[in-house]
Amino acid sequence: MNRITAFWKKGKKALVPFVTAGFPRKSRTPEIVLALADSGAHMVELGIPFSDPLADGPTIQASSQVALENGVGLGDIFGMTEKIRTKSGIPLLLMGYYNPLLAYGLEKFGKDASNAGADGLVVPDLPPEEGEELSKVCRKHRLSLIYLIAPTTPPERVAKIDAASTDFCYCVSVTGVTGLRKNLSGDLKDFLLSVRMRTKKPFVVGFGISTPEQVRHVAPYSDGLVVGSALVKMFLQEKNGKAALRKACLLISRMTRRLNGTG
Amino acid sequence: MKFAWAAKNYRWPDRRGRFGPYGGRFVPETLMAALFELEKEYLKAKKDSKFQFEWKRALADYAGRPSPLFFAERASKELGCRLYLKREDLNHTGAHKINNVLGQVLLALQMGKPRIIAETGAGQHGLATATVCAKYGLECVVYMGEADVLRQSANVYKMKLLGAAVVPVGSGSKTLKDAVNETLRDWVTNVRTTFYVVGSVVGPHPYPMMVRDFQSVIGQEAKGQFLKFQKKLPDYLAACVGGGSNAIGLFYPFLKTKVKMVGVEAAGLGLSSNHHSATLTKGHPGVLHGSKSYLLQDSNGQVKPPHSISAGLDYPGVGPEHSFLKDSGRVEYVTATDKEALEGFQFLSQTEGIIPALEPAHALGYLLEAKRRFTGSSVILCLSGRGDKDMGIVQKHLNL
Ligand SMILES: Cc1ncc(COP(=O)(O)O)c(C=O)c1O
Repeated sequence: MNRITAFWKKGKKALVPFVTAGFPRKSRTPEIVLALADSGAHMVELGIPFSDPLADGPTIQASSQVALENGVGLGDIFGMTEKIRTKSGIPLLLMGYYNPLLAYGLEKFGKDASNAGADGLVVPDLPPEEGEELSKVCRKHRLSLIYLIAPTTPPERVAKIDAASTDFCYCVSVTGVTGLRKNLSGDLKDFLLSVRMRTKKPFVVGFGISTPEQVRHVAPYSDGLVVGSALVKMFLQEKNGKAALRKACLLISRMTRRLNGTG
Repeated sequence: MKFAWAAKNYRWPDRRGRFGPYGGRFVPETLMAALFELEKEYLKAKKDSKFQFEWKRALADYAGRPSPLFFAERASKELGCRLYLKREDLNHTGAHKINNVLGQVLLALQMGKPRIIAETGAGQHGLATATVCAKYGLECVVYMGEADVLRQSANVYKMKLLGAAVVPVGSGSKTLKDAVNETLRDWVTNVRTTFYVVGSVVGPHPYPMMVRDFQSVIGQEAKGQFLKFQKKLPDYLAACVGGGSNAIGLFYPFLKTKVKMVGVEAAGLGLSSNHHSATLTKGHPGVLHGSKSYLLQDSNGQVKPPHSISAGLDYPGVGPEHSFLKDSGRVEYVTATDKEALEGFQFLSQTEGIIPALEPAHALGYLLEAKRRFTGSSVILCLSGRGDKDMGIVQKHLNL
């Protein structure tokens, strides 16, 4: 049983921060992940930077570009994962576009990711129809392969995606790319209720979640929330890295309290 | 990858949108339902005589088809072959792009989508899209890399004049690849109301199939025109390959024949320079913009910024069907440098009084460079566009 499967067995909701690997600097990624874990995060999504992130808005595009300028490759990311593993058992999801995985070699990727201590994988440009090969590799190396559900996904397809996904699904909260949104769509609750009716596995909600208040609103209709651009933005805006990390940790601990209904 | 060529069974793509191992639908989940719907609507339109009639009528009365097949007599003499030019430069808006745009916009109308988005490199696809949207009264947004906005400024002005919004894209290499990224992001956001008119045989299924079918009017006409006067088929076909739509448009109706085919990619400053767009010649299979195909990428799978003197060929990917045709050996892919393209550009201008676009000038440059292999043969070359848009760039390189 990998750490993700074990987490869902506890029946808790998950707060999942997203961190672009290698941003703002290569050496800081393990420290950032560990600090977020200490602040109450239940799982961490580690973003593999790509030159053409077509599902991402300007914030994550900018962090990916910095990470690539810092020379981050999959080898470095597995190194970061190992470093995190020496100190923490927090479930780690890798999130990355398909081409860097293909270039690395899917089998080698599965083996190295698993050996480094990663638990799962989200690939935003890989729908289940194209995921057969990667799914085989993930099964072999006990990595969870998490597929996405969008507001435009037809109802009958939701069940299919749920069946193809390992352990849980990732619900995209908006018809759009990643990035901050002041207001989540009014239809979000209906969308999540309809997903709930057609899925057997837990699902988390991501894209656009940026405030504890939003967490409070969405938490009752999901099993967890992903927070990405809101954190990345702190590191883009705040030149002092330590101060940015303090802010990020504060946001995560506030959100965790809201998620569990104690804040 | 290599596999045997089986002309009789050429029925690609398959139901998953694959050409052998290439193609597919590698897109965010948000777009999947739209792609399935588009495929369904397109297959319906393909069999719908009313749709086909509307499209053919627009091609004839609006775009000016059929385009002539012109025997280039003086150029032939210098080259030592018999060169026939398929005159896509004479279409309305000056390139082959309008064949496909008319098809896709009619489909958008049928599907009730009021908003059209498109990417453009040289501006020819953007111009064709802005034009056709003006004709049918549709909202039009064109994404264009900042570098291309600068080097193809005349087309930018024309698109605005036609009522389109032109959005400069400042990310990445600021060229066609980045314009495609931004158009896809728009589509992910507005997919319910918006039709993405893709400009070449790239992108997720069904685009490579649909754009090929619309552009095949080039090859169908050329085949009929050549047969009528020569009572046989030509020895060679030649075309430039950016995404590959004019090339596949010419080649496709000939695939099951014995005619030899040559696709010419942009070698930029040279194949060993790292400043080129020779995707099939120097790239490796990968996934970009929704399909699996050859791709210019580094060892980490990051896409390499391409280079070409011609904005329309300045793209690190290529249509998946070309990857399949390369691996199967059916089509030969070669290259021409910026310099060779400029030679082809001047050559056609001065032998025939036809100023070509810099894109097909690459195919002409290759014919000049490799003229011995074509000695005594008949060649149909797709003259995919005219050169007006390129005057600014060419003036920088050629001191007359
Ligand atoms: C005149 C002309 N030819 C060729 C191309 C390249 O596209 P494709 O390879 O899809 O024909 C372009 C693209 O802008 C063009 O404007």
